[in-house]
Amino acid sequence: MTIQTSLAPAAPVRPKTAPKMVGDKVNVFYGAKQALFDVDLEIGENRVTSLIGPSGCGKSTFLRCLNRMNDTIESCRVSGSILLDGEDVYDRSIDVVELRARVGMVFQKPNPFPKSIYENVAYGPKIHGMARSKADLDEIVTSSIRRAGLWEEVKDRLQEPGTGLSGGQQQRLCIARAIATKPEVLLMDEPCSALDPIATAIIEELIDELRENFTIVIVTHSMQQAARVSQKTAFFHLGKLIEEGATSDIFTNPKNKQTQDYITGRIG
Amino acid sequence: MPTSHNEHIVTSYEDELTALAASISEMGGQVEAAVADATRALLKLDHAAAKQIIAHDKQIDEMHRTIDDMAVSMIARRQPMARDLRAIITSIHVAGDLERVGDMAKTISRRTLQIEGLSLTPKFYNGVKHMSDLILRQLKAALDAYATRDATAAVEVCNADDEIDALYTSLFRELLTYMMEDPRNITQCTHLLFCSKSLERVGDHATNIAEAAFYLDTGRQMSESAGDLHRIQIKE
Repeated sequence: MTIQTSLAPAAPVRPKTAPKMVGDKVNVFYGAKQALFDVDLEIGENRVTSLIGPSGCGKSTFLRCLNRMNDTIESCRVSGSILLDGEDVYDRSIDVVELRARVGMVFQKPNPFPKSIYENVAYGPKIHGMARSKADLDEIVTSSIRRAGLWEEVKDRLQEPGTGLSGGQQQRLCIARAIATKPEVLLMDEPCSALDPIATAIIEELIDELRENFTIVIVTHSMQQAARVSQKTAFFHLGKLIEEGATSDIFTNPKNKQTQDYITGRIG
Repeated sequence: MPTSHNEHIVTSYEDELTALAASISEMGGQVEAAVADATRALLKLDHAAAKQIIAHDKQIDEMHRTIDDMAVSMIARRQPMARDLRAIITSIHVAGDLERVGDMAKTISRRTLQIEGLSLTPKFYNGVKHMSDLILRQLKAALDAYATRDATAAVEVCNADDEIDALYTSLFRELLTYMMEDPRNITQCTHLLFCSKSLERVGDHATNIAEAAFYLDTGRQMSESAGDLHRIQIKE
């Protein structure tokens, strides 16, 4: 009998380090309706974690807990704890504005400010007082746009409105804007759902590059996208975390039947 | 909550998966019959039957191509995941193994056509017949394990392969002894020896199919630890 080695995992095995973020018994209520039930989830540093599940399963709700975006919804109540480097982000001492600078977000629909490309990216560093001089600010804007893979396309028209770019370029501009404040964690809520396949491929390539410097959490409806970009996948259903694990395992050999049914298209 | 045996939301996808499984079963059945017929034709030196088996191999090859095309098309159009992905990938492997088994039946039949002017002595061919029975049992068990996604049955098939290898080794010795006893036995014993080698290889393909069944059921490759799996080398 020839020896058969099992499939090599997609991501190299990393030494076990403390997770960047930890959700511990997270419950979320919108008024009387409970949206999340006792979710425990660790977000590994410099890794891409994808959250998948049918609409209304709570994956976006969980994502929005990570930088307290849910605070903006009046009826929303969160219990349990969300730790960022061991510190509870829901602690009274936490400055929410500062938290959101550390945990940036990119949304489903590209939403550039109705300002110039330059101003879009410069806005965050300005309000957080990250630049001492115009030269400093220029440097931050340039490097952010470069890292977002947009530089070659916009370097000659930084003063033109950001809204004049194509959808894919706008989304990369939003990513540049999000990373300009030097966040540690980048949350992405279906960042490619409004983009064509080429623009999607560019963003996915970018996610892979950004992983070196950022911890990324992505919500996606595309199973293939989760399989392509992430190292860890968490499956949510009806507000519960059903299964989490290495992406390569989840998509070839999920342990849970509900996960199996969802990723193979047997429950919606 | 969904119960077991959920159907795919997309009916046409479900239909394709069903059709793929049905094609494997059908090809498996045809190949089993080809091996059984080939052995029978050999022992009876039935040239007409042997010719029919050789002609029928074209159909088996055609089924192999059809299954490959179905699988490739489904991968391209459906982006299968998890169990579905494993079902489609293993169907490619299993169809490949079955095609090879079909070739073995053809090889045995070709040899049957070459044997002329002598009748085989039961003393000599009993071992081959016994081996053929065992192989057919293995092939059937492997195909059943695949169809029912039964990892336990698959491991049993792999473990039983040692028995076939041992049988082949003893058959080899036995035929060698007849040849040494009387050089006039050499021709028919050599033919039988080659045929038993073909049968032994059918056993190897049955093992491959069982391994595919194990992977299909568990999502893990069958490793050495899955059973006491080792092949007895022919030293002579």
